[in-house]
Amino acid sequence: MIEGLILSYDGRIRKVPDVNGIVSTSIRDGKVALLVGGGSGHEPIYHGLVGENMADAAAIGNIFASPNPEIVYETAKAADRGMGVLFVYGNYAGDNMNFDIAAEMLEDDGISIKTVRINDDVATDEPEHRRGIAGLIFAVKIAGAACSEAFSLEDAFRVTKKAVENIRSMGVAVQAGTMLNTGEPTFVLGDNEIEIGMGLHGEPGVDRTELKSSDEIVTDMTERIISDLSLSSGDETALLINDLGSVTNMELLIASRKVSMILQEKGIKKIYSNIGKYSTTMDMKGFSISLFKLDPELKKYFFKMARCLAFDFCAGE
Amino acid sequence: MEFGIDECREMMLRVADGIIANADFLTEADKMGDADHGTGMQNGFTNLKKKISDREFDDLASLFTQCGNGIMMSAGGASGAIFGTFFKSGGSVLKDKKLLESEGFTAFLEEGLAGVMKRGGAKPGDKTMIDALHPAVLAAKENIDKPLPELIGIAYRAARKGSDATKDMVASSGRMKTLGERSKGHPDPGSITMYLILKYMSENN
Repeated sequence: MIEGLILSYDGRIRKVPDVNGIVSTSIRDGKVALLVGGGSGHEPIYHGLVGENMADAAAIGNIFASPNPEIVYETAKAADRGMGVLFVYGNYAGDNMNFDIAAEMLEDDGISIKTVRINDDVATDEPEHRRGIAGLIFAVKIAGAACSEAFSLEDAFRVTKKAVENIRSMGVAVQAGTMLNTGEPTFVLGDNEIEIGMGLHGEPGVDRTELKSSDEIVTDMTERIISDLSLSSGDETALLINDLGSVTNMELLIASRKVSMILQEKGIKKIYSNIGKYSTTMDMKGFSISLFKLDPELKKYFFKMARCLAFDFCAGE
Repeated sequence: MEFGIDECREMMLRVADGIIANADFLTEADKMGDADHGTGMQNGFTNLKKKISDREFDDLASLFTQCGNGIMMSAGGASGAIFGTFFKSGGSVLKDKKLLESEGFTAFLEEGLAGVMKRGGAKPGDKTMIDALHPAVLAAKENIDKPLPELIGIAYRAARKGSDATKDMVASSGRMKTLGERSKGHPDPGSITMYLILKYMSENN
């Protein structure tokens, strides 16, 4: 897979020797470096996020497993340009520990590290236990723009942390993704059942209920997100409806329609909207909704041009 | 009774073979999480074997540090970090020691537990491998006067009991923590690996 990536990027990235990591070939000296990473199986992340005004490097773990400290350490070293490295990844026990171990190793070597863990999933109550799901795309977009302009690691960290605190998401599935090593689904739903709040690795969700109409499900999820984010009339927001693996664009548009209508009813101004495969779980049949509350500073970074394997983003509102 | 460095190395190679042979069982046990525990441990312990097979070690600390590194740098995931930390922290109390006896083994378990609790932030009752390791530490301390082979067996049985008890706990760490009540009825996979490690250590003799 990594070889395919290197060839697809046409010289823009290279592999870090001896480990499963990739790094951009054009990081300028004196730049605050941005490292993302996590387990594979979530195409197109995280490796697909390396590029211009996006991540400088990605540490690649095996399917659904966090990368080990050596991968993170070597990849971060390859990206460092003397201004330290910002780690941005999803809030999962494995990632937290492995990235922390690597951060300690790097700090011992004199390389400054700051860490922002993405925890946008509202399906869990306590913020420190919330998982990172599709909202990570917004977070990395902001981190990438901030790191390209930041005058310090601390500055890039501040902006990225603020972004993460203003992103909330929730997922729903009618069919689990397949575990590659067993060929089995990660959980089994009855014909008439849906799973709400399931994890990105196919972990069973927090609630299993019977199938309802898309509008009913979307309304329920959107209300929870809006409430948790304290989004209110006059606020500006970006919306992402993310395909978790094998949903059609038609279905995503149906979901997007309902969210757009709810936002409109509440006087919340939607200034960006997108659908597509941004953070999948193999072939899971489900989608997630992400809302990002924007202030003037976050808007500036949000609309900065960005280019990576996963997408091209043109500048401007 | 004491084990020398070479005996400890042979013991760890047997532990590794035992864990590797249980990979499918551990995968199945992790089906409420993301089913990567078996593969992770298989990778980790295979790498452990590579790291210690054809090497000489000056003391027990360096043997166990390499065991920890082997797991940590290959297993990935939370388990890689935790079990890697267990061996590295535990091994740190055996610096300059060339013989393992009951006191040393007990200290190894105790420091391993401390390291794991610091790294992962979990505590007894959270439904993790700690719920196998903590009872093992307590049992070892209570039986520290027993000869080493017997002591390891006692520690294993305490760990086994602790792991079985995790079945009725609600997960508060790792992949299963968001399941709440739905995590009941399934023992924690990490706790299974923990007692298996002690089981294969006790089968050394």
